[in-house]
Parts: sequence; C-alpha cells; structure tokens
Amino acid sequence: MSKQHKEIHEPLFHIAKREALPFWLSWLIRIGAVAAALVACAAVTVLLTGENPIQVYATMIDGAIGTERRIWSLLQNTAMLLCISLAVTPAFKMKFWNIGAEGQVLMGGMATAACMILFGDKLSSPLLMIVMIVTSVLAGAVWSFIPAFFKANWNTNETLFTLMMNYIAMQIVSFFTYMWSVPKGSGQIGVINANTQAGWIPALGGKAYLLNIIIVAVLTAVMYIYLKYSKHGYEISVVGESENTARYIGINVKKVIMRTVLLSGALCGIAGLLLVSGTDHTITRNTVAGRGFTAIMVSWLAKFNPVYMILTSFLIVFLQKGATEISTIFGLNDSFSEIITGIIIFFIIGSEFFVNYTIKFREKEANK
Amino acid sequence: MGTQAAIELRNITKTFGSVIANKDVSLTVNRGEILSVLGENGSGKTTLMNMISGIYFPDHGQIFIDGKEVVIRSPRDAFDYKIGMIHQHFKLVDVFSAAENIVLGLEEEGKFNVKQSAEKIRKISEQYGFDLDPKKKIYEMSVSEKQTVEIIKVLYRGADILILDEPTAVLTPQETQKLFAILRRMRDDGKAIIIITHKMQEVLSLSNRVAVLRKGEYIGTVETKDTSEAQLTEMMVGQKIDLNIERTEPKDPQARLEVKDISCVNREGIKLLDNVSFTARSGEILGIAGIAGSGQRELLESIAGLQHLNQGEILYHNPKTGKTDNLRDKTPIQIRDLGVRLSFVPEDRLGMGLVGNMDIVDNMMLRSYRRGKSAFLERKKPKDLARKIIEELNVVTPGENTPVRRLSGGNVQKVLVGREIASSPTVLMAAYPVRGLDINSSYMIYNLLNRQKESGVAVIFVGEDLDVLLELCDSIMVISSGRISGIVDARTATKEEIGLLMTKNSGGEGNE
Repeated sequence: MSKQHKEIHEPLFHIAKREALPFWLSWLIRIGAVAAALVACAAVTVLLTGENPIQVYATMIDGAIGTERRIWSLLQNTAMLLCISLAVTPAFKMKFWNIGAEGQVLMGGMATAACMILFGDKLSSPLLMIVMIVTSVLAGAVWSFIPAFFKANWNTNETLFTLMMNYIAMQIVSFFTYMWSVPKGSGQIGVINANTQAGWIPALGGKAYLLNIIIVAVLTAVMYIYLKYSKHGYEISVVGESENTARYIGINVKKVIMRTVLLSGALCGIAGLLLVSGTDHTITRNTVAGRGFTAIMVSWLAKFNPVYMILTSFLIVFLQKGATEISTIFGLNDSFSEIITGIIIFFIIGSEFFVNYTIKFREKEANK
Repeated sequence: MGTQAAIELRNITKTFGSVIANKDVSLTVNRGEILSVLGENGSGKTTLMNMISGIYFPDHGQIFIDGKEVVIRSPRDAFDYKIGMIHQHFKLVDVFSAAENIVLGLEEEGKFNVKQSAEKIRKISEQYGFDLDPKKKIYEMSVSEKQTVEIIKVLYRGADILILDEPTAVLTPQETQKLFAILRRMRDDGKAIIIITHKMQEVLSLSNRVAVLRKGEYIGTVETKDTSEAQLTEMMVGQKIDLNIERTEPKDPQARLEVKDISCVNREGIKLLDNVSFTARSGEILGIAGIAGSGQRELLESIAGLQHLNQGEILYHNPKTGKTDNLRDKTPIQIRDLGVRLSFVPEDRLGMGLVGNMDIVDNMMLRSYRRGKSAFLERKKPKDLARKIIEELNVVTPGENTPVRRLSGGNVQKVLVGREIASSPTVLMAAYPVRGLDINSSYMIYNLLNRQKESGVAVIFVGEDLDVLLELCDSIMVISSGRISGIVDARTATKEEIGLLMTKNSGGEGNE
C-alpha cells in the first residue's frame, strides 16, 4: 500500500456539452464575444500602430457611419451581401454545399451587362429591364443547374464542382470585358450607358441605392415566408435533415434538389443584376468581390434564418467598412483591415463553442 | 491483498448538462466473478462503463484498481490497467482479417509477425474455447464471429477486467449459450467480468452478483442466488409491475398483404432477399424473428415502396374496394394514391421516421403536409394531433414545439408510433419498436400494437427479444440470410426452435 499516492494526474478541466441555453444568455455570450474581439483588436492595433484604441474605434465608427454617403454605402453593401446570403440559404439548408455563389452572381451580372451594352439604345426602358431580369435570372440558374444536374444524377461533389464553375465564370467575364472594352484593348468596360443611363436601376427620391435596398428587403421577407411556411420550404428542411426520411415519406429527392438549387442560382442572378445595374454600372471579374463566400458565413451565423441575416450581414459590412477606414487613416494597407475583420469574425464564430459547450473544473474529493 | 476487489468505484458522478447520468455510484467487482449491471435503458449503465474504460471522465468520485486509486483519462490508460471493453457496436476494420484487427494499434517491438500473432490468437482461443480463423476477413464474418474478434482483441492485450456492453443483443439463443460458457471459463480463470444487460434470464443464469441502476442512481447489489426476477424488476423500475402481455384470439383473419417470391440484390449483387413469400392477415400480429441484418429491413422497405425488387409481387387486398393491387416498385406516394393505408415504424427513428431537429408538430406533418392545393403549410391539424398524442401516450416533453431529438428514446418512439397509428392503417409495420425503451414504455407499445390488431389491422412486428415475440405474436416468421427459414405458430413454438431456424440458411457459418 506504500504506493498509494503515486502518479495521480488529474486533468485540470474537461469539456462537456451544455443543455439548451435561454435565449438571452446565448446572446449575452455572443455580445460578450464581440466585446472581447474589440479588446483583442485594440491590443493588436496598439501593438502595431501605437495609437490610442479609443481613437481607433472612433475612426472605425466614423468610417462606417461618419457621413451620409458612408451610411448609404453601408446600407447598400449590407443589402448586396444580404441578397447573396439569401440566395445561398435554401441550398445550404438542404445541405447542398453550393460555394459557387460567386460565379452565379457574376454570370447574372454578366448577363445584365451584356443586355445593357447590346440593347441599351435599342429597347425601351421597361422592356430592357424585363429582358435584363430574365437573362440574369437564367444565367444564374444555368450556372447552378449544371452542378445540380450532375449531383442529382451521378452524385458528383457539388463543392468542387461549384468552385470550379466560379473560375470559368471569371474567365468568361474577362473575355467579354476585353471584347467590349472602352477604349478598345484597355480590358475595361467602364461605366455602361453613362449618358443615357439605360438599364440603370432608377434612383428613388434622389437616393441612388434606395430601390436596391427595398428590393432586398422584400426578398428577405419572401425568403423567410418561403422557408418557414411553404410546402417547398418544408421539403427543403426534410431533405437537408435526412434524405432517408424524405424518401420514407415519398419526397422526390432529386426533384427537390434541382428545384432548390435552381432557385438559389436564380436569386444569385438577381444579385448580379442589382450589382451591375443598380450599383456599379460596369462589370469586372472582381465585381462580386468575394461576397459569394462571405455570404456563406452570414447565412451560417444566422442559422439560415433570413431575419437574423439582416443582423449578421450588417455586422460584417460594418466591420469591413470600419476596418478599411482604420487602414486609411493610420496609413496602413488593406491587409490590416482584413486582420481586424478576421479577428472579430474569429471571436464571433468561437462564441458558438461556448454557447454549445461548457468547461468543467474537477471538484476535489473531500475524503482524502 | 488477495481479497482486494479488482475494481472498485466510489461515489462516481457524471452529468451531461442538467442530465444526471450517474449519481454517487459505488460498486466493486472481484476477481473470479461475473457482475451483472442491470438497469433500464437510460439508467446510466453504459455511461458508467465508459468511465471505467476511459471514454468519459467522471465529474467526481474515485476509481480503485487492486486497492490503488487510479485516474483513467483515455482508453489507453484503461488498457494499461488491463481493462478491456467490448462495445455494443463493434469497432473493426471490415477489409482486415481477424488477426490484423486484433493487433491493430498495438505498439509491439519490431515488425508485425503474422505467424506469431496467429499463434498467440490460437492459444487464447484454445484456452477459453473460442472458434476463430485468424485469417478470415471481418466482412465475411457473422455477428457472433465479429464479437469473438472483439473479445480476443482485449484478451490479446492482456486484459483481466472485461466489460461487455449488451453482448447478447445480436446473438441467437445458441450463440448466447456458447458465449456464456466462454465467460464462465474466463471467470474460473480469475478474470473480473462485468456484463451490462437488461435481460433478466441472462442475469440470473450467468452472474454471481447483480448491481442495479435506476435513472442514474445506484440502487444496490444483490447475490444472484438470493434474488428473483420479480425482485430485480422492482429494483430496476422502482415499482411492482405486471409483465404480462394479453394476447387475444384473432377475429376473422383475412389475407391483407400477400408477398410472393420477392427477391432483391444490393450493389455488389448479393441477394438481400431471396424468394420471400408470406401472407399477413388482418387482426393478426405476424412476428419476424432473425439475426440483425438478415433482410428484415429490406423486406419492410420493399413493402413500403423504398426498395427496388428484382422479382416477385406484393399484393394488397383492399378491404374497402375488394380490389387487389400490386405494390411492387411503386413509390410511397403511388402506394398512398392507390388507397393503401400502410403505416411503417422504421428501425431508424430519427434518421428515417422522424426529423430530429424539427418539433413535434412539424414531425406530425411529415405524412400529411401535401394535403390541399395551397402552396403553404397548414399547421393547425398537425398541432392538434401532436397535443392529442402527447396527452394520450403520456409523452414527456416541455411542449409540442420541442425538437424531437431532445426527447428521450421512449418518448421519440411514442411520437412516431402515435403518428403512424393516427392515420388509421390497415397494415402496420413496426421494426424493433421497443429497442432502447424502458419497461413501461415497451409494454405501452405492445398494448398499442395489440389494440391495432384487435381493430382488424394486419400488424407486422420485427422484434429481437424472442420471449416477447412468443408472447405477443400470433405467428412468427423466421428470416435467415434473406430467406424465410420457417413460419411457426407463436402459441406452440419454443425459443430453441426459433433459434435453430435463425441460423438455418447462413451458409455453414453460424452452425458449425
């Protein structure tokens, strides 16, 4: 019995799954995470720049909402990101890992730009707008249809497939921007129909982006209702949760996959239309600027709920805008703003761990 | 030191969130002894054993091995203390041979020496009476052979404290007897053996002592020779209960579902069902017995329209119209459109019958959401149905909007069975409907099936507990390797008879 006390290494703590938290507590954890992220960002900023963190945050807020122009830009960018997030959501809810939103939006934008260039002076305004809507929806839908068709029939990997489709879309845009470049050979299209504004989404009450924002707001409501209250939305949930259950109750899984991915692609096409016709009035291969991927995060963070997506997309755009301003004011390059955004998003995603799990410390035995 | 307990647990507590899986459990196992840990499903038996084998770590409490306190943080630690656990679900690599699986993960000096390992395996087999070919691949093995591999795997590593989690759940009565003989030999060899089970007869015939858990709490340990089935049940459930199933005589049975010569193959071309023919009659319960994976699932799925058949027909005699329809290769929707009222409680409750992340109301809609022309869902009726089932079947849930995955196994099953019965079927198929349920819930399900039978439904019941099959059913069909090896009268057949039929066609494996 002499070795009674030998080598008892107790683990200091272990991780256990939590039961469901009350709503307010889980949000408190998330808000706490944002606060912690801001502290971490302040530390990084001070270390790298030596500036006063309070001032840094003031700059950040100023960058996002400092002037009326900035507020509009913030809202417009939020609307665009939200629109693409709405587009990817049905597919993701069905566990179809569509990471091709980037390409689908780009194709929608390309179709819009082509219509504006080719028909800008030939068709009347309303007719042109209709043609633009139809072609952009078709372009986005076709771009999503191809991987969905292969997935449904031969079970190809949709993640790789949609990713590759992004590169093809970019090259197509490169090709046409070169072909239609102004001046010839510059590789840039420039502002399309700058004089006639043909095919531009009109300004409402002098606010260039207002109509865009309203359209996205309506889409958000429609998507929320579609997912929650329609039979289609119900089928999407069932297929996403368990294909076996779907088969068991007689859902045609192939049909639901095709239908949902087409919807997703069509919405991406609309997003492309809003980007080209409503915001940029031109197209480059970087028009979408990574939103197709950021949208996935927005959608996940909001747990596929369109109403929460308003919050998450706003938060991310706000951070991006603020971080860009910090970079400019303090003379740092773009990478710095990305570091800041990265830190904050890391904390937000990390907070989900603490919402779902808890850390337990081992209680000491009384009878030793 | 000789009388020192091989393993002693003192005040072990483990919680998952607010759920207390084990509370102040203390028990001892001596060398040369078989201890049964008895408890209903969800009483914390497996959690407790997982703490001994290093999968979970206790919140507090102490574990002593040979009188010394130890800390077991990983399965590797458990191996070092010569503890070996044989899990309910085997953890073997299918394409490897028995010997390769047995040495897998061992850190032996030098290269893997097939001959030496095979020799050691042969010695262990001889010593305890196992029957195993070390070169045989796992995918060629029967369930009982796979279990043998798992047991030898822990013996090979020198384990002298063995834990077996529900080892007989997948075995025929004959295989069970064989396993028990081996376990007794190991006990006589001085090993400490813990066996988790909820089958009363096994407890009484095999173990020296019985430790009973109820809802995570340790109720007590009794000597097997001083106890009885009634006493153990009472300790397990906390109250006296009547364990009888009332079986009524079938009233005016008529052929409802006639299955004729159906066969189907899987992707590899292996026959899963081979010329299966039988008739299910109204007002009768037809039991299906067989070793797990003998084709039960494919059979029910063929009838439900989920399995493509290569030959044969499934005829449904419609009691309303008097028409006969062939259901072969029809989709579930087409079957319903024919006016066939077929309900199916599948084996995989949360993966097939229900959607775990949806609430009870939305799960009620699974069968009926298509009704009506509107593009939108109608949640009023499903909600009423959900409330009705919660009330009538005593489903324990915070409300009808709770996701079903949060419910306990028994309550999940009540929701599923409730929904399937609510559509007033003429044929009701249920695969392992009481698997994982506590005794009270199990008897509730048996009663529900009986009531369906009495109202003239043709009930098909796939079960694993032969005692229950014999008590509940009118006739029992035994399936073995996709073939029907016999259909017997449940009122006169014996367990041994069915056990023999269960291994009848298995290609010379199980019945050597």
